[in-house]
Amino acid sequence: MFKFFLIKLAQLVPTFIGVTIVAFAFIRLLPGDPILLMAGERGISAERYAQLESQMGFDRSLVVQYLDFLKGLLHGDLGNSLVTHAPVMDEFMSRFPATLELSLFALAFAVIIGLPAGVLAAVKRGKTLDHTIMGVSLTGYSMPIFWWGLLLIMLFSSTLGWTPVSGRISYMYFIEPVTGFMTIDSLIAGDWGAFLSALHYLILPSIVLGTIPLAVIARQTRSSMLEVLGEDYVRTARAKGLSNFRVIMVHTLRNALISVVTVIGLQVGLLLAGAILTETIFSWPGIGKWMIDAISRRDYPSVQGGLVLIAFIVMIVNLLVDLAYGVINPRIRH
Amino acid sequence: MSTISTPAAPGSFRYQLASFWSDFSASRGALVGLIFIVFILLVALFAPWVAPHDPAMQDRAALLVPPVWHAEGSWNYILGTDAVGRDILSRLIFGARYSLSISAMVVVISMGVGIFLGLLAGYFRGWIETVITRVMDVVLAFPSLLLALGLVAILSPGLTSAMIAIALVQLPYFVRLTRAAVIGEKNREYVIASRLSGAGHLRLMFNTLLPNCMAPLIVQATLSFSTAILDIAALGFLGMGVQPPTPEWGAMLANAREFMGSAYWAVTFPGLIILLTVLMINLMGDGLRDALDPKMKRS
Amino acid sequence: MALLDIEGLSVRFKTSSGLFAAVEGVDINVDRGEVWSIVGESGSGKSVSMLATMGLLPWTAQVTADKMAFDGQDLQQLSSRQRRRIVGGEMSMIFQEPMSSLNPCFTVGTQIDEMIKQHLGGSRKERHERALDLLAQVGIPDPARRIKAYPHQMSGGMSQRVMIAMAISCNPRLLIADEPTTALDVTIQAQILELLLRLQEDTGMALILITHDMGVVAETAKHVVVQYAGRQVEKQDVKSLFANPRHPYTEALLSALPERAGDQDRLPTIPGVVPGQHDRPSGCLFNPRCRYATEHCREVEPVPAPDDPARTLCHYPLEDGVSPSPAAAGVARDNPQSSPHREVRP
Repeated sequence: MFKFFLIKLAQLVPTFIGVTIVAFAFIRLLPGDPILLMAGERGISAERYAQLESQMGFDRSLVVQYLDFLKGLLHGDLGNSLVTHAPVMDEFMSRFPATLELSLFALAFAVIIGLPAGVLAAVKRGKTLDHTIMGVSLTGYSMPIFWWGLLLIMLFSSTLGWTPVSGRISYMYFIEPVTGFMTIDSLIAGDWGAFLSALHYLILPSIVLGTIPLAVIARQTRSSMLEVLGEDYVRTARAKGLSNFRVIMVHTLRNALISVVTVIGLQVGLLLAGAILTETIFSWPGIGKWMIDAISRRDYPSVQGGLVLIAFIVMIVNLLVDLAYGVINPRIRH
Repeated sequence: MSTISTPAAPGSFRYQLASFWSDFSASRGALVGLIFIVFILLVALFAPWVAPHDPAMQDRAALLVPPVWHAEGSWNYILGTDAVGRDILSRLIFGARYSLSISAMVVVISMGVGIFLGLLAGYFRGWIETVITRVMDVVLAFPSLLLALGLVAILSPGLTSAMIAIALVQLPYFVRLTRAAVIGEKNREYVIASRLSGAGHLRLMFNTLLPNCMAPLIVQATLSFSTAILDIAALGFLGMGVQPPTPEWGAMLANAREFMGSAYWAVTFPGLIILLTVLMINLMGDGLRDALDPKMKRS
Repeated sequence: MALLDIEGLSVRFKTSSGLFAAVEGVDINVDRGEVWSIVGESGSGKSVSMLATMGLLPWTAQVTADKMAFDGQDLQQLSSRQRRRIVGGEMSMIFQEPMSSLNPCFTVGTQIDEMIKQHLGGSRKERHERALDLLAQVGIPDPARRIKAYPHQMSGGMSQRVMIAMAISCNPRLLIADEPTTALDVTIQAQILELLLRLQEDTGMALILITHDMGVVAETAKHVVVQYAGRQVEKQDVKSLFANPRHPYTEALLSALPERAGDQDRLPTIPGVVPGQHDRPSGCLFNPRCRYATEHCREVEPVPAPDDPARTLCHYPLEDGVSPSPAAAGVARDNPQSSPHREVRP
């Protein structure tokens, strides 16, 4: 198992290097002079230009620049934001928990609904319930989530007034960030009202962000379940006189989960992409919104740092998924 | 030897086509999808004749007119007007041209380049394969929309850059599929026979191998097509895609957003048409998968 | 009262082109402690009839029977809960593919334990002891270690032993073995058969062995049912079946045995294959492959004669190895290689 982990880790190294090259090339690929570009329409003084040039290292050879970039990366130094002048790493880390919290809730929503829906569809294969579940999943799968978000806001926030429109928590509460997770921090602070408010603010964004993963999980669960239901060992389980429930929930689902877990893991990239849109719609102060702002403000160091860090997160999660796959699949574990 | 009569193809082409059609049309959803797509393609094609108004025409006297079923609505503007008095229905009809043509271009580009790279990787193996698959791994390490946004930021927002960016993020799927299919087919008898009869590399790759790897690629193409429509709209929505006042569906949504509270129709219809188009393409894709590729067929 | 009493069992599958009768008119009555064999080529519906008895067919199958009783209980009338108490507990089954019949996600011990827990209960420790005993009983070396193994860590023969251990774990009164040795190496096949017979003798359970191998039948069973294309064509005890096959199909199966082919250079074969869903002939289903078939056989479906204890499904059942069919006279002379006049013994 440990060897399996090391092999997977080693396989990541070339991709890791590739990602750093892409991020490094990003600023250099901008058409025209990157410093003038960053300066925007207002122009820039000659001193400031020289200062920026040496700060960004543009006056040295590409190889040296890349090695510098790598060195900085290893020390967690991704340069400073052009807008706030704060280190990109700090900017990222202060917003990342918000995205993580939202993503986890969205994933939980997707799994809690998608998995049973897929199981149910497989068990009721060919019946109306199956067709309904699959129809709804395909619709969810085809959903433009930025529109879905607006639609839900129009219905639940504007018309019914049930849910808040934007932000992470009601302005009535101020919670000292400890973990950066609003739900956890409010519990740490012992403020029950704040906790409920945080949950309240999470509902709509989680549903919007979780919709596509939900559909993917439901579809995958159904097809894996159907595949496993045809296996000999499921017949064996029935031959043992086990209850239908046990045959399906233990013998079938346990095996179907192997491929479902992989698919759940693959949703992380999708979640982070979806987070860009969801956070924009709900003014959620996470890295998605931050990246969009950075792009529109031409804050290129932030964009570059964000690209690297997000790619790393995706890679690490994929590694964890591979590990989880190994843990739940005895054929790999041994 | 023509591609159709390679030993791997049983029966005549006409027979295959007939059996494909009977499998495909067995799924009602797939048929509905196909009909809808053909319909919307025709509408897009004949937009200037179909649309009741010029999509750019601003009727100052009719700002945010609701759809026809409201008391204040009129048959003149069936789906209502937007904040500057443009007819939403006409803009949707013209918008179909952008969404469909850009997405089609995305599929053509990424499928063409992807097949080429995949063939190279699967056919020659060795370092070529290593380089190509590694680069694709890197592309896949970024969330697709984020990478597209980054690229658009480099290339400056607009139609062409959105197209290139989305084609690039779709590329790895085609490369991987082609490569896997080629590796699977490469050592089959008909390929060896063709090689022994003196076929060159190019002929082997494009005339012998490729036609037998097409089924999963066609299925992937429909998937990519629907993803491309969503991504184009997303970029448009974020202001990084097709620029206003072009009537692109995503950009229309972004413009309508501030009138969400007062004019639901300006928000609802562009999104609805995106959803419907993508859903129908996916329905068709499911049918295609079942009909074309028994290996990918589940249940 | 017979332990397993089945009369007129039919199984039909819903397919896109209508109902397909995979099994029709099968009778079997197994008494306590008897060893039966159901024999026939692949596609003859042997497994399907037993899977129907166990209630293991998919929902596309329609099972009907005039009578289907286990130990006096009508299996068709029982609730699914009551039936599950019998299935696995009193009547258990092992399958053709031992490697894929065990769940890859659970250890051998867990899978045996689950069965014991379901039907016998007992404390965790008792169940563990029993599982170890069972593994030793089926001849698995080092049970204490093997009990923690996953199925993919074992060979086919070992997996089949585990399946057997599991099947007998709740002291069933009937064990159905569906081609238990087909997927195994030749050397292992004999061991597994031997094990099954020894367990049958030790425990006194009844055993139904599904096979396509007449040689296995000769070595194991006391009673034989021969099936062809879903129909039961003949039912006899093993001695008289080998001495005096009634159905031409049985005769043909027997003459394909190497021991019986004598000094001939080539083993006789039965030309053709079992008809599938779309190529069922009219009249007797065996007629295209039968040496004695007449125009009558091609047109009229046979029914067993009321006074025939073997219930032979044939217009012209063989009498002492001779077919009364008008078509028989020519055959015997033309085709001496598979002459029906050879001496036969089990």
